[in-house]
Formats: sequence, structure tokens, C-alpha cells
Amino acid sequence: MIHHYLINAVRRMGINALAVCAGFGRASWFLVQSLTWGKGFKAPFSRLVFQVYQLGVLSLPIILVAGLFVGMVLALQGYHILVGYGSQEAVGQMVALSILREFGPVVSALLFAGRAGSALTAEIGLMKTTEQLSAMEIMGVDPLKRIMAPRLWGGIICLPLLNLMFCVLGIYGGALVAVDMLGIYEGSYWANMQGAVEFYDDIVKGIIKSLVFALVVTWIAIFHGWNAHPTSQGISTATTATVVQASLAILALDFVLTAVMLGGF
Amino acid sequence: MNSKRLEISVGAFVIAGILALVVLAFNASGLNFARDDQSYFLYARFENLSGLSERAKVSLSGVTIGRVVSIELDTEDYVAVVKMAIDKNVPLTTDTSASILTAGLLGEKYIGLSVGADEETLMNADEIADTQSSIVLEELIGQFLFSRSE
Repeated sequence: MIHHYLINAVRRMGINALAVCAGFGRASWFLVQSLTWGKGFKAPFSRLVFQVYQLGVLSLPIILVAGLFVGMVLALQGYHILVGYGSQEAVGQMVALSILREFGPVVSALLFAGRAGSALTAEIGLMKTTEQLSAMEIMGVDPLKRIMAPRLWGGIICLPLLNLMFCVLGIYGGALVAVDMLGIYEGSYWANMQGAVEFYDDIVKGIIKSLVFALVVTWIAIFHGWNAHPTSQGISTATTATVVQASLAILALDFVLTAVMLGGF
Repeated sequence: MNSKRLEISVGAFVIAGILALVVLAFNASGLNFARDDQSYFLYARFENLSGLSERAKVSLSGVTIGRVVSIELDTEDYVAVVKMAIDKNVPLTTDTSASILTAGLLGEKYIGLSVGADEETLMNADEIADTQSSIVLEELIGQFLFSRSE
């Protein structure tokens, strides 16, 4: 009897492995299909503009407020560490480098996954549950081109822009605390920063990170919506899976990208 | 929401994003768009650079007047050849000396220039003859130990 139990365990492992493999295959095919537009440019472009509004403009408040407070906290923490070495003037470069390299791309992507990613999954999941996607297919409209492509490209456009605004607010938030509250000389805050920050190495690499996160987060979000079980519980499971998987993907990819960019390996 | 207002808000969003990039480029990285025709080039030979890198500052009396453009090794004399871009508005005398200095105790390396009393000035692609290499801390400690043991 234990013999049967073992065979069943191996069989279940095999089934699960195949399901994971098939999931990646479906997701990759889905991505390739969704990245390309259908016929006609005018109509898809207005849908893209609407998605930039939905994903970008509506995410602005949370991104800007978060950027401001992250910058302020970094300046406060950095000041109290650096003052022990008598080099509190370096707080500007510390705030700028940590925001441009890490906090900007990562925190804006995490917030984007929670704010916009979950909304995308729920929206598309509900479209599937109410059979709008099947109706489109019956009418001969490819839902991947009509529904997914504008959302995917909207996400890829929005997140890098949100990241840049996050960085600006963070650096000015840092200045607010360091210069106005803690009394660092304004000139050394900005001059130390400008001496340390390189346009390509810090700003452009941050934007590259942000682009990768945008693709991955939006891909995960729309794929989970499209792949959801057409029940109310299915939508809730898919939305949770989006936020969890997107956040983990951001953090893991951030390590890989940082390692590649710093040339540590 | 009508499509006009939607397009305006999206346009404002994209413009704000691009403005953020411009603000970061100028305020945070101090990106300098000064072209090469704003400066002239000088060469200097050093025995040891010990950590001087490209884009390092070139300063005169503490004021930054240029940057290190490239660093090459002269394979005949085995010395480092540093090419510097200097602001065109700063004429330097022919007896200018260059030395590699450190900002603070642990800071970055930069080239410090000090002008002499000559009346002639260095032209484009001239070489600064009087150079002093960076002080290597290990060598200094070694010399100190040897002088003590004698």
C-alpha cells in the first residue's frame, strides 16, 4: 500500500511541475501576443491614452506623497548616522544616491503593483467572469490586442515617469529636512550631491530598472486577470497573487539588476 | 470624463515626468552640457596615479576649472599620461605644476594645479612639465619604519 502512496506522490509532483511549466508557457505566449498592436493605429492610441490616465495619473498622489516622506526619512536617518563621523554635510549625496539607485525604482514599483496592478487584475478578471472577453472573440476581436496591449504599454510608459517624479520629490523632501530642519548648509547639500551623482550611472540605470519592473508588474497583473477562475473567489485569488508575485519579482529582480549594473559578479 | 480633459491630464503627466528627468539631470547630477569647444586640452605625465579616475576634478585654488578626460599608459617610459580638459577662460602659465591630491582624509582623488610666474601661457595640447604623483600611504609608512630602524 505504501508503494501506491509513493507512486501517487511522484505523480502529483510531475503534474505540478508540468502545470508550472505550462503556466510559464502560457504567460510567455500571452506577453508576445499582447506586446503587438492590432490593425489600425488611431483607436488603439486613444485607448493607450486612457490607460496612461488610469495607471499613471491616478497613481500620482500615492507616489508623490511616498517620495516626499521617503526622502525626508532618509535625510533624518542619514544625518544621525553621519553626524557621528562629523560628515553630516554628505547627507545630500547619501539621500540622492539611495533614492536614485534603489528607493525610487523599487518603492515606486511596489506601490504601482499595489495601486495599479491589483486594479488591472480585478478589472480583467471581472471582464472574463462576465464573459466580455469571450464575446469579443466571438465578434472576431482579439482581446489580447484590444484589452491587454494598451494596458501593458500604458504600464511600461507610466512607471518610469512615476519613478522620476518620486526621485525629484524624494530629493527635495531630503533637502527640506536636512537644510531647513537640521541646518545643513544648502550649498553643500546640493554640491555634494552633484559631485557624487552621475547622469548615466545613477539616473539612467534607475530608469532602466524602472522599465524592467514596469514590464514585469504589468505582465503579471494582466496575465492573472486573464487567467483567473471566472468566479468571485477566483478574482480575489488572482488579485492577491498579482500583488504577492509582483512584489517578490520586483525585489528579486532588483538584486539581479543591481548586481549586473554594479558589475559585482 | 470627456476625452479632452483626459488627454490634457495625460499630457500634463507625461510633461511632468520629462521635467522630472530634466530637474534630476541638472540639479542632482550636475550634468554639464558644455561642449569641447568651451575648453582646451592639456597633458601631464605622472609616475603613479593611485586611484585617480576619468572625470575627476581639476582644480586651481580649490575652484574646479576642468576634468580628467582620459588616462593612458605610455609604454616607452611606463608613466601614466593624463589628458585634461580645462576651461577656455582660464589661461595657465607654462611653469604651472600639477599634483594629485585627495579631498579630505578619505575623499576622492583630484588634480590640483598651481600657477607660476611665467608670462607665456600653455596652449591647446601642451604638456605640464612639473608634476607630482600622489602620496601612497603604504610607501610613506614603509619609509617611516625604515628610517626608525636605522
